[in-house]
Amino acid sequence: MATVVDGPDALTGGKEDLSPEAVVVRFAGDSGDGMQLTGGQFTLSTALAGNDLATFPDFPAEIRAPQGTLFGVSAFQINFGSSAIDTAGDQPDVLVAMNPAALKTNVGALKAGGLIIADAGEFNKRNLEKAKYDVNPLEDGSLENWQLLAFDISAMTLQAVKPFGLGNKEALRCKNMWTLGLALWMFDRDRQPLIDWLNAKFAKSPVLAQANVAALNAGHAYGETAELAGPLKQYHIAPAESEPGLYRTVTGAEAISLGLVAGAQLAELPMFFGGYPITPASAILHNLTKLKEYGVTTFQAEDEIAAIASAIGASFAGQLGVTSSSGPGIALKGEAMGLAIMTELPLVIINSQRGGPSTGLPTKTEQSDLYQAIYGRNGDAPMPVIAARSASDCFEVAIEACRIAVEYMTPVMVLTDGYIANAAEPWKVPDPASFTPFPAKFLAEKNGPNGELLPFARDEKGARPWIKPGTPGLMHRIGGIEKNPGTGNIDYSPASHQTMTDARKAKVDGVAASIPAQAVELGETSGKLAVVGWGSTYGPIHQAVGRARRKGQDVAQIHVRHVWPMPSNLGELLKGYDKVLVPEMNTGQFKTVLRDQFLVDAKPLNKTSGQPFTIAEIEAAIDEALA
Amino acid sequence: MNDMTPIAKVQTSLKDWETDQEVRWCPGCGDYAILKAVQRTLPEIGADPSNTVFVSGIGCSSRFPYYIESYGFHTIHGRAPAFATGVKLANPDLDVWIVTGDGDGMSIGGNHTMHILRRNVNVQILLFNNEIYGLTKGQFSPTSREGTNSPTSPLGSVDHPASPCAFALGSGARFIARAYDVSKNLSGVLKASHAHKGAAFVEIFQNCIVYNKDRFDDFVAKGVADQNQLWVEDGQPMLFGSEKSGGIKGIALDMETLSLKVVDVIDGDWQAAGVIVHNARNRAIAHMLVEMPFGPFPMALGVIYDDPRPTYEEVLLGQDAKSRVGKEANLAKLLAKGQTWTVSGTAADPI
Repeated sequence: MATVVDGPDALTGGKEDLSPEAVVVRFAGDSGDGMQLTGGQFTLSTALAGNDLATFPDFPAEIRAPQGTLFGVSAFQINFGSSAIDTAGDQPDVLVAMNPAALKTNVGALKAGGLIIADAGEFNKRNLEKAKYDVNPLEDGSLENWQLLAFDISAMTLQAVKPFGLGNKEALRCKNMWTLGLALWMFDRDRQPLIDWLNAKFAKSPVLAQANVAALNAGHAYGETAELAGPLKQYHIAPAESEPGLYRTVTGAEAISLGLVAGAQLAELPMFFGGYPITPASAILHNLTKLKEYGVTTFQAEDEIAAIASAIGASFAGQLGVTSSSGPGIALKGEAMGLAIMTELPLVIINSQRGGPSTGLPTKTEQSDLYQAIYGRNGDAPMPVIAARSASDCFEVAIEACRIAVEYMTPVMVLTDGYIANAAEPWKVPDPASFTPFPAKFLAEKNGPNGELLPFARDEKGARPWIKPGTPGLMHRIGGIEKNPGTGNIDYSPASHQTMTDARKAKVDGVAASIPAQAVELGETSGKLAVVGWGSTYGPIHQAVGRARRKGQDVAQIHVRHVWPMPSNLGELLKGYDKVLVPEMNTGQFKTVLRDQFLVDAKPLNKTSGQPFTIAEIEAAIDEALA
Repeated sequence: MNDMTPIAKVQTSLKDWETDQEVRWCPGCGDYAILKAVQRTLPEIGADPSNTVFVSGIGCSSRFPYYIESYGFHTIHGRAPAFATGVKLANPDLDVWIVTGDGDGMSIGGNHTMHILRRNVNVQILLFNNEIYGLTKGQFSPTSREGTNSPTSPLGSVDHPASPCAFALGSGARFIARAYDVSKNLSGVLKASHAHKGAAFVEIFQNCIVYNKDRFDDFVAKGVADQNQLWVEDGQPMLFGSEKSGGIKGIALDMETLSLKVVDVIDGDWQAAGVIVHNARNRAIAHMLVEMPFGPFPMALGVIYDDPRPTYEEVLLGQDAKSRVGKEANLAKLLAKGQTWTVSGTAADPI
């Protein structure tokens, strides 16, 4: 009953040794097939096996798109191996396709000689029509560039869960666990953590737990017993070498949430989080709502504007105000950001970027809000902007945002993106004690030379005092109208606006004095080519520059966390290279900022397909730049 | 913070609530009278300037915080309720007043007005209704009457006006009151709004001397006030008018149409005339009073509805506090939560 097509093995390059250094697996199915869950659990088992990994969940904007359709395909890609993994991988070695639509939309990405595991049971007339196949691709030889293993997973799942008396629909829902079981066998993974997880997940419905465990075991047993003389082989991927310590997996949204909690603790402040649901930022609100005991108050506001306004109100009242959104919501928050800049209150704004403009690509990634972050407000409205390079990096970036906000009395924007927010990677659990605290200070008495209150007097960093309502005798008024440089009273005289505009700019520019000098990630501090990135392009750039250097090319990687203000040595550093290449998932925004700030001839490498860069794309650009 | 301990009353005088800032409203603006009424009321309720916060949006009325010696936040257009919600959730002990207008609170900020009312955040909302956009020089507002001539409606506005009190009630408000700028009863209404625990909505008709002069004269002008103002008071019959001005009248319920009607009260016998005794906890009556068409009926003023329920911050922060019970806030443990693995050589790892 299984269709087996054997061929050269992409995983091992045809060698006898079944221990490839890294493997890329993509699970693809209908959006109701539970592919994200399967991927997530496979990720966990991979992490527990000690491999380094990176993942890329890629799902449609529709919650449950019509079954079997091409636009309803949900995919989860994982790259794991025994050496450092920075990206989810350019091309999958293994594609698990749960239906014809999943095969059609994903097979093009599969490496030549890669393995297709397909659920033949779903390749019926109706599903083939929906996927716009005239002929069944499992039977017409069109997949001859790959190895094909097609068998009726649906039927085998039904068989496995038969003893539990589930309805047909419920029984078929266990398909993803059957597939996961097979995948666990293929990569020699321990099933127990998954079984524990299933028992916990279905604690209220033991029958479902048992059925899912049975499906998992059946998939595993299939691999074990039917180790065919064909493409189905068991592979062993050695654990990656990593720094000793305690590890867990973390997604960007989780790491941001934890970083905010840590940041508030380091500032010795309660945190107020005002949010409004939006993809892909909602997960942060979900996470923080569960962390009340850490002094967190979460507020689901009526809209994006109320979300930021309530956070600013809380900051005014003495808590650390935080808000989070994605592009369209950030646009709505713009006016309120201006108020936070004008009233000089601390505030952290998280922007999980997605494809734009307008509603754009809600579930796909892009870095196209950089201009919006740096420049997108009315008036001269300077605001520090920092960007996370990976899921785990979000933790430190969130803490850094809290520090700048509190020390400089300013809103700070953190840029992540849909890729970072959803992707998981191993994370060496940090010791909270290793971070330097930055306790917030509140004014307790009048601060003027003549015993008067000066809410807009400035310290050596240019920051004004934070004055909590409720403090006896320090009544004062703040607002969005231009104010007197000391008293903060309404004052729109020419001299006052000039002074205050300059002071706001100087304060934010001055943040550069508190950040580390820009380091070079890979390579020399001068040379023929620097590849300069920011945000989630770190992984593919790191891998591409690494490969290029191994080929002997004179290229360095520079990755910028503080995109505004930038490290003070960055301009000089860039001038040390003959060429500067800036890969970005936009039409060249950071390239333009670098050109503007440093007069360097930065060249863009742009991609706006909603997909992260592949390593090969950046390697090709490096080759071209050095040709 | 949720034990409902009354905040200690503080002795102040009207002068203590004045700032050193020059008031910048047009001479003769109704805002002056409201400012004085508020400054007169605050000492009477024992308010503490250090613990009082005035939050406003944008517009003439929203300049209000600059003239009150308390904490003040002049925010952005229409969003004052959202800022105030953040302030109250961060520190529920603060006494928060929101000052807004018909443009700020009913047009650009209508959404936030609705949500702060339905959530029932414990604040006082003073909506100055002058039925015009003042600060932008006289365009019609969402409360302007049909046919209002303005720079943006030279042929007369065609928009049907919104009724702020009906909107507030529809949004779930538990306190609705009405007054006007120069009324001697304004202070009493403000006191009642402050005494109410929860979101208290007060519509104050305010005379814009420049762009909508004397708009409310049909019920505030001397000579007509008596016959055209119905000041409701909990437990008192709904009477208006006087023998001098054409007889005492009352509001009664027409049982057949289930609507209100005006009845004449003969020889003071309001009971015989079927006049309703105002019950401020009766939501149905409140709806009828705020919807009462002016002309055939007088303008309903005073505390129209006052029926408290638990406040938003009390419930939300109470729920949060309850969820914290018995939970340890150990960040190191939180970071290491879930399924973890150890890379060798880590036995001494402190986590």
